[in-house]
Amino acid sequence: MKNKNIKSLAVVFLALMFTSCAKDLDLTPKDPNIITSLTVYSTPAAYKEGLAKLYATFAVSGQQGPSGQPDIAGIDEGFGNYLRQYWNAQELPTDEAVMAWNDASIKDFHWQTWAPNDVFVSAIYSRIMYTVALSNEYIRATTGNTDADIKKYHAEARFIRALAYSHAIDLFGNPPFVTEADTPGAFFPKQTTRAELFTYIESELKAIENDLGASRFEYARADQGAAWTLLAKLYLNAKVYMGQDKNTECITYCNKVIAAGYTLNTKYANNFTADNNLSAEMIFPITSDGKHTQTYGGMTYLVHAQIGGSMPPAQFGVGGGWGGIRTTKALVNKFADNTGATDKRAMFWSAGQKLEINDIGQFTDGWAITKFSNLTSTGAAAPHAHPDFVDTDYPVFRLADVYLMYAEAVLRNGTGGSAATALGYVNALRQRAYGNPSGNIISTQLTLDFILDERARELYWEGHRRTDLIRFGKFTSASYLWPWKGKVAEGAATQSYRDLFPIPSNDLGANPTLKQNTGY
Amino acid sequence: MRIIRKNLNVLILMLSLLLGNFAMAQQSVLTGKVTDSSSGESLPGVSIVVKGTTNGTITNIDGIFTLGVKKGDVVQFSFVGYKTQEIVANGQKNLSVALAIDNAELDEVVVIGYGQVKKADATGSVSTVSSKDFNKGGVSSPQDLIVGKSAGTVITSSGGAPGSGSTIRIRGGSSMSASNDPLIIIDGFPVSNSGISGLANPLSTINPNDIETFTVLKDASATAIYGSRASNGVILITTKKGVVGKPVQIEYNATMSVNTIPAYMDVMSGDQLRTLAYDLALKSAVGLSMNSLGRLGTQNTNWQKEIYQTAFAHDHNVNVSGGLKNMPYRVSIGYTNQDGILKTTNMERSTLALGLNPSLLDNQLKININLKGSYTKQNFGDQGAVGSAVAYDPTQPVMNGNTKFGGYTTWINLSDVLPDGTMNPNGSPNPIGVANPVALLNQTDNRSTVQRSLGNVQFDYKIPFLPELRANLNLGYDYFTTKGHNNATSEAAFTYRNGIGRLNDYDQTGKTQLLDFYLNYVKEIPSIKSKVDVTGGYSWQHFYKDGSAFVRNGDGTQVSVDRKTSKFINENYLVSFFGRLNYSLLDRYLVTFTLRDDGSSRFSPATRWGLFPAAAFAWKIKDESFLKDVPTVSDLKLRLGWGITGQQDIGNDFPYLPVYRGSTPTAQYQFGNAFYNTLRPNPYDANIKWEETTTYNIGFDFGFLKNRITGTFDAYQRDTKDLLNFIPIAAGSNFSNFLTTNVGNLENKGVEFSLTGQIISKKDMNWSVGFNAAYNENKITKLTKTDDPNYTGVDVGLIGGGVGNFIQNQRVGFPSSSFFVFQQVYGSNGMPIEGLYVDRTGNGGTVTSNNLNKYHYKKPAPDVTIGINSRFGYKQFDFSFSGRANIGNYVYNNVASGALYSTVYNQSGFFNNIPTQVNNAKFTNTQYFSDFYVENASFFKMDNMSVGYNFEKKLKARLSFTVQNVFTITKYHGLDPEVDGGIDNNFYPRPRVFVLGVNLTF
Repeated sequence: MKNKNIKSLAVVFLALMFTSCAKDLDLTPKDPNIITSLTVYSTPAAYKEGLAKLYATFAVSGQQGPSGQPDIAGIDEGFGNYLRQYWNAQELPTDEAVMAWNDASIKDFHWQTWAPNDVFVSAIYSRIMYTVALSNEYIRATTGNTDADIKKYHAEARFIRALAYSHAIDLFGNPPFVTEADTPGAFFPKQTTRAELFTYIESELKAIENDLGASRFEYARADQGAAWTLLAKLYLNAKVYMGQDKNTECITYCNKVIAAGYTLNTKYANNFTADNNLSAEMIFPITSDGKHTQTYGGMTYLVHAQIGGSMPPAQFGVGGGWGGIRTTKALVNKFADNTGATDKRAMFWSAGQKLEINDIGQFTDGWAITKFSNLTSTGAAAPHAHPDFVDTDYPVFRLADVYLMYAEAVLRNGTGGSAATALGYVNALRQRAYGNPSGNIISTQLTLDFILDERARELYWEGHRRTDLIRFGKFTSASYLWPWKGKVAEGAATQSYRDLFPIPSNDLGANPTLKQNTGY
Repeated sequence: MRIIRKNLNVLILMLSLLLGNFAMAQQSVLTGKVTDSSSGESLPGVSIVVKGTTNGTITNIDGIFTLGVKKGDVVQFSFVGYKTQEIVANGQKNLSVALAIDNAELDEVVVIGYGQVKKADATGSVSTVSSKDFNKGGVSSPQDLIVGKSAGTVITSSGGAPGSGSTIRIRGGSSMSASNDPLIIIDGFPVSNSGISGLANPLSTINPNDIETFTVLKDASATAIYGSRASNGVILITTKKGVVGKPVQIEYNATMSVNTIPAYMDVMSGDQLRTLAYDLALKSAVGLSMNSLGRLGTQNTNWQKEIYQTAFAHDHNVNVSGGLKNMPYRVSIGYTNQDGILKTTNMERSTLALGLNPSLLDNQLKININLKGSYTKQNFGDQGAVGSAVAYDPTQPVMNGNTKFGGYTTWINLSDVLPDGTMNPNGSPNPIGVANPVALLNQTDNRSTVQRSLGNVQFDYKIPFLPELRANLNLGYDYFTTKGHNNATSEAAFTYRNGIGRLNDYDQTGKTQLLDFYLNYVKEIPSIKSKVDVTGGYSWQHFYKDGSAFVRNGDGTQVSVDRKTSKFINENYLVSFFGRLNYSLLDRYLVTFTLRDDGSSRFSPATRWGLFPAAAFAWKIKDESFLKDVPTVSDLKLRLGWGITGQQDIGNDFPYLPVYRGSTPTAQYQFGNAFYNTLRPNPYDANIKWEETTTYNIGFDFGFLKNRITGTFDAYQRDTKDLLNFIPIAAGSNFSNFLTTNVGNLENKGVEFSLTGQIISKKDMNWSVGFNAAYNENKITKLTKTDDPNYTGVDVGLIGGGVGNFIQNQRVGFPSSSFFVFQQVYGSNGMPIEGLYVDRTGNGGTVTSNNLNKYHYKKPAPDVTIGINSRFGYKQFDFSFSGRANIGNYVYNNVASGALYSTVYNQSGFFNNIPTQVNNAKFTNTQYFSDFYVENASFFKMDNMSVGYNFEKKLKARLSFTVQNVFTITKYHGLDPEVDGGIDNNFYPRPRVFVLGVNLTF
């Protein structure tokens, strides 16, 4: 009896032991929100969701809106949003924006004193390379797929990667370089040079030109217009990137864009409202939505951070202001009339604000800007109105930018365009701004210096300023000073190596094959 | 008093009769007296049992007993603290029995992994704290019982909330990103380290009244049998059991506690803030104008007094224990109801524990059944009120008569004014204004209910045909369910950011199952004066947890977390084979080898198995001829140990698998007019493997003067390699910028010392003192794959104020989590000069504009921890205290670094209060990264002082009065120097508690 019990017990045991141990360790995820890579692309819908993620890397901070399951680490999730950090890197070091907050080293941007271990520099760098890595994965998963839709997705993924690399070439010059040939793992991506990267981006955009959808085939998808605009931008800055002028190529691609059917919105401000997705001027946006696309970075940040002091948040369709970003008098003074009465692009808030900035930390020092709004073009509430999250999309590329690129390329002696057309494009923008031809200029007024200022008037706070100033040689050095440049109230010279941001020390530590940019 | 005595005598008599009834076959009556062998005093309450039967009695107040016996019966005399004596009945009529005090810790048995060992034969570093040494008073969570009692075991509570959790560190942390928590084993069941949502502290479901001992296994030779989870030490908790042959004992314990707040944060009063704001406005400083003063109120509200209360708590426990024939049992029921000093917070807990330990088949099969159940309701309130009460403008009233926010004063957007220009009390709430702390508490409903059951049954079978061999099977489970919500009313202004009101439901269930089996063979081989003790076994444990949440605004129109996408399932398995060989030669030389082969489902088939060996040697020097007859030295043992342990507890179940994660409906992307969910590949490391810690230990156990002074000394070094570390990875190489991967090495070394002395041991008076001290040094020795010496490290430790401000940094050559700050320059008056720092790089320019001017300055972990306790008894009185000191622990005083003149007024239209600590620095603008704020937080804390009176020896009744958190000595400027993690940012204050305790034993 005893023995029998023991024996049966022993049998149960041995069975449990050896079957369970072998089997149990080969566990697969049961979590309904986790899918293994083997089965992820089993439906056509999944391909579109995978593609949506590539776009979403610019717009949101992770898989849970507004925060949670972040894409990158080492920084507050909302701060680590791509658009927010890209905007900061492009605007805060320039004459267009100052920031009141005390977040880590953010004020180093105004002063052009950032260090290689700056958390924000590291964030935009990580974001760029993150988008590249995800695009590579998607490109691998869709390579050779003959489905018409998926071929288009594949081309769009290559566009997204080219766009991210275009930020890398502009901000960091010589980033690590990975393509779909590099499978993920623990390896050290090789560093590329600015010139090599230029050639790569150019070849990629040209390669996908015909696989992309026609302009505006579906809102917010990368189409031919987006690829051409990116090429034009690359060519316009070619001298900075690879030491050679490519203004003729710039004009070629500007012409393609302009011929694709985009039209200026009759009202400048409508490009920055909750319904700016309807603007026929928009070439490529980063979308935002109060209900579906929530983030504490992106447009949530831009709309809220611009509101402070006596500005009524309701006037911008949100529940409150964060009191962060204003501008310097250098931008304000570029408008002959800064009231907005004549040139409607002068969207400033001066009530309770001082034009002079004594203390960057005070929101009321420096004029505020009213450009972005979560109300629609008619002043109505946004379709998905929310006190925090906005429907307003970010205009990455819009037609006005292309007009000005065209004019600049002509002035820089590119061929394939004409000075008269250039003047016409510039005056189209000015006529819209003034509501009449009173602000129009004549051909002798159309100079490169004018273009730089006109780009500020037309495109301020749209993420172009740092690139523009560098192209004109006015970002660093003493050639152009504005309040608080170089950490001096009246502005001071800075060193030219700061035209590039440093390779973050985190990556130098993680990847020994990288060399730091000169000067850092 | 006399009446009580008399009654007790009657009761004892009745009990004796009751028990005596079992003895039907009595042939003769044995009477006698039991005395203390050293003093000759009579001993009441000694239990006397005929061995192997239930026939027994206990001595009365004069030590006299009467028991019916048969000739040849073996009569057992036992009493707590005395050596058990056996006498064969051979017809004696009147027996005098003198029991000797059991001062020999030598016979003490300590539990170790998969077995137990005589303390004298232990080869590893093991420290035991038993119930008599536990901290006294109103202890609601188990770990609080041993705070300060075990050298090198640092227990830091996260705050003073009822049932709050603690961080337990044994010999510092051996990991960086993986868990640094020790493995906790309750009655042989290793509990999961992963938290239970809706429960601040998973251990708090165990009633402290039910715990008999804590055994802390510190070095690898002791812990390596638990291989994979042993790198941070092991704590074995043993609950109380019934005893064979013991009469029924009923015990009732109750405590009534009054919790008070020890101190308030010193902030400005309404009048002081008005004066300060006026002065600042006069100077047009910090953006204040005379105009903005209109936003100030006229009150003098003390917000801290509004949110704190004197709180009451009571705890009751009834337990019944005894031996029912061959089945000792213990049943315990407990109830705790504890209000927190922060209003609305509460914990209510009911516990049930059942222990059955039957022996069957002539004691060949011993069964050990433990079942524990608990039902815990917690109200967490909103701890944000702690910080809000410090920061909220004291010039404002609690209620301002608005109709929109339930009347609670709320900061309104600056643009939202009444026609007279004053703030519209019913306007749109300012999203960045401080939330009204009273509203935070009263408009929040943040409660959870957790049911947990933990049980195991252990069969220990002595093989009949091979008595040296026994088989042990342990089957256990640990299940819990949580339901909770964290809601806010529709009037709650602080929810405005996410829509009006908040509804947040969550639930979780957890299931852990265990199967352990081992064979143990013990053989004495007299021919070679050896003893061999071999254990070999197998262990299987399954961890499972699932849950989901549903978060939306008050009317459900905006869903931020839905059930479908928040649903998670966590699961992993551990499968292990283990073996241990104990060999002792001449009973003086002891050797232990252990080996564990662990498999974890967290790692890929190629890396999942880890082999963890350990070896130890002990030499009982005292038993050598040259020391045997030295009377002053009563014990001396040398221990040497070496071992490798592993770590796999990284929270992620599938770090090696490429997986994709879907998005929530709030993180979609728009194409055309439609919104699409997204699919994201998660980062992974296909080659991830075990983190390994190698430990070296040398130790001495000693006793002097008949073991009136006993102690241990240990020195150790722990080297961890292949750290499971969440670190930056090469950009572009994987699907994130950080990844948990095996990179880096960490080193801990230190010494530990503990001493217990019986200073007075007399009939009416005894005094014992315990002292322990530990020194630990922690250093990161490698952090990147490349070992680049110029690598500036990884920032950690987010502080409050601004966003993304990290105050700590992990770097090679420094202790982990070292503060990373600028070096403050001081003026001749000793005051820090605002914004002036030492240019450590010598590069010139603005120092703060170069992060490389920061340096590593101090760290949160203490260098030295000291525990001291004393117990003094005189007749029926006793007095005890226990205190604790941490030396060399530094805290970043985030409360002080936020105390700035510039924060008095926010330009979006609201005032803030500031702590008077602003006067220590008198800074206008933020200087978060000044080392001025890294303060020496060394402290001495008198944790516990207790007086007790024991009414009677026969029927034990005890009345005690205890004060907990009596006083703190420190130079630290904040409220409390004991800060979990080293960043002090307004945590729930630890209360001072006055406890009245009653204990009755029948």
